Amino acid sequence: MTAHFIPVKVHIKEQKQVFDRFGALWTPTQIVLDPDGEERHRIEGFLPVEDFLAQLELGLGKRQFQHQRFGDAERLFRSVCDEYPKSGGAPEACYWAGVAAYKNTNDPKHLGATGELLKTRYPDSEWARKASVWRH
Amino acid sequence: MPQITWQKDVDAALTQSRASGKPVLLDFSAAPA
Repeated sequence: MTAHFIPVKVHIKEQKQVFDRFGALWTPTQIVLDPDGEERHRIEGFLPVEDFLAQLELGLGKRQFQHQRFGDAERLFRSVCDEYPKSGGAPEACYWAGVAAYKNTNDPKHLGATGELLKTRYPDSEWARKASVWRH
Repeated sequence: MPQITWQKDVDAALTQSRASGKPVLLDFSAAPA
């Protein structure tokens, strides 16, 4: 964890003002912040370990995407998509992996392939529906 | 599994974040310490 993040624990009884500052509605909540304090990803509610790790990596990917480092973003999203395929975050990660690949190459084949992958692997997910417009 | 050293000061962590380039992970908890 400390290899990738600077971890801060905020307890409701000790720092309620920090809850209010970041709009934390419930516990547990985890928020990934950029160095400028911008929120890049939010996880609300308890998750099993695999799901939690997938969400952390998804957050790292979103951060790279936001900074237009699309190759790094795709690698992180693809890792979640492939390494945690049963996690709740996997369909979203697969979707963003496709978007990052497209942004990195400007080749729309990545979007089409992502639409097909999501239709095959996660046909009932909202991410498959979002990607349905990319399928030919 | 290595022990995580959690900080408590968000703004100090953001200062470290700017120096290191690593993002901050805020963990909001109500669990007993």
